[in-house]
Amino acid sequence: MITTVRSFNATSSRSTRFLGLCLLLGIPALILFAFIFSPEDDSMEDAVRLLYIHVPVAIFSYIAFGVTAVGSVCYLWKRSRWWDTTAHASAEIGVMFCGLTLVTGSIWGRPTWNTWWEWGDVRLVTTLVMFLMFIGYLALRQVPASPEARAKRAAIVGIIGTINIPIVNRSVEWWENSTLHQQSSLTDGNLENLTLFTWFLGTLVIGIAYLWLLIHRFRVGWLETELERLGYGAAIEERQAEAHGLDVGSTGISEGGESE
Amino acid sequence: MVLFGFALDANTQTLRDTAPGLYWVAILLVALLAIQRGVQIEDADAASDRMLLTPVAPSSIFLGKSLALFVQLLVLEVLLFFVMMVLFDTSVEDPLLVCMSAFVATVGIATSGTLYGVIASGVGVRETLLPILLLPVLAPVAIGATRTFGDAFGRVNADGWAWFGLLVVFAVVYTVLGMFSYGQFLEEE
Repeated sequence: MITTVRSFNATSSRSTRFLGLCLLLGIPALILFAFIFSPEDDSMEDAVRLLYIHVPVAIFSYIAFGVTAVGSVCYLWKRSRWWDTTAHASAEIGVMFCGLTLVTGSIWGRPTWNTWWEWGDVRLVTTLVMFLMFIGYLALRQVPASPEARAKRAAIVGIIGTINIPIVNRSVEWWENSTLHQQSSLTDGNLENLTLFTWFLGTLVIGIAYLWLLIHRFRVGWLETELERLGYGAAIEERQAEAHGLDVGSTGISEGGESE
Repeated sequence: MVLFGFALDANTQTLRDTAPGLYWVAILLVALLAIQRGVQIEDADAASDRMLLTPVAPSSIFLGKSLALFVQLLVLEVLLFFVMMVLFDTSVEDPLLVCMSAFVATVGIATSGTLYGVIASGVGVRETLLPILLLPVLAPVAIGATRTFGDAFGRVNADGWAWFGLLVVFAVVYTVLGMFSYGQFLEEE
C-alpha cells in the first residue's frame, strides 16, 4: 500500500501569507486609529479605546464557539476528520478570544463601572461559564485515546456545551436580572464617523486574525492527527529509506483525509 | 458544613443568610465524589463491558445509573438538610418548594453527572477532568437551587417557582441528552 498524497511541510500557503500581510498592515493601523486619530468618548473618555478590541474579540469568540458546535455536529454526522480538526482549532482560538474578552472587559469595567467584576451582569457571568466549559472541552481533547474516540467525545461535549449556554444565560438573567452593559451603541446609531470606522477596522482586523489563526491551527492539528494515524513506524521507515538513498514517495495529506 | 461555620467566622446571621448556597455547594462537591467513585468501580472491573453484553438498551443503563446516583444524593441531601437546620439555625417557610426543587435539582445533577462520568471514564486524569467538565455545566443548577431554597427559607425576594421551572428544563435536557448519547460512549470503550 503506497501513500500517494501531497507533501505538506509547512502550515503556510499563499492565502495565509496574504492574510498575515493584511494583519501586519491592519494591526498598526488599528493602533493608530484607536489611540491617536479617534476622539475620546464624552462619557467613557479614553476607556472607549478598549472597546475597539473588546467588542470584536467578544464577537469572534462567539463565532469561534459556533464554528466548534457546527464542526461537532458535522463530525458526528459525516465522521470526517476535517470537521473534527476544524472544531478543535476553532475552540482553541475561541478560548483565547474569550479570555481576552474577559480581561479587556474587566480592565474597561474598572474606570467605567468602578469595579473589576460584577456578578450580577448576565453577559459577564455567561461569558465566564462559557470560557470554563470550553477549557474543559480543550482538556478533554488532550486526553490520550484513539483519534476516533477522542473526536466523538469532544464532539458531544462541544454540542452539550453549546446547548448549555442559553440555560446559563437564562439562569444568570433571572438571578440578578441586571446588566451593566449598555445597549449596542452600533444598533442605536450612537457611533459616528471616526469612532465607527475604528470599530469596523477592529472587527475586520480581529476577523482576519481569527481566520489566519484558524487555518494555521487547522493545519497543525491535521499534521498531528496524521502523525498519530500513520504512526511512528512509518516515520522511522521513511528515515531509514532516506538514509539508504531510496525514494519511497512523499507522505502528507489529501483534502478528504484518506490515504490510498 | 462544619468547615463553612469556621470559614464564616461563627456568625450565625451570615450562616443563616448564606445557608442555601453553602448547602448546594456541599451537595455538588459530594456529587463529584459519588460520580468519581461510580466510574472508578466500573473502570476497575470492566463492568461497562459486561453491561454492553446484557440485553439492555444503553438508554436504560443510563437511566439506571442516574437513578442509583439520584438515590445516593437524595439520602445525603436529607441528612445534610437537618444538619444545616441545626448548625445554621434555618427555618423553612415553603416545605413543598424545598422538596420539589431538591428532587428536580438532584435529577439534573444525577443525569448530567452520569453523562459526564462516562465521558471522563477510562482516562488517567479522570479526577482532574471531571470537575473541569462538569462544574461549569452545573452552574444553572447551583444558581437555581440556591434561589429556590433562598425563597423557601424566606431569605431572598425571588420567585422560587420560576427557578423551579429552570431546574425542570435542565433535568429534562440532560435526561434526553443522556438517553440519546450514552450508548455512543459505552460502545467506544
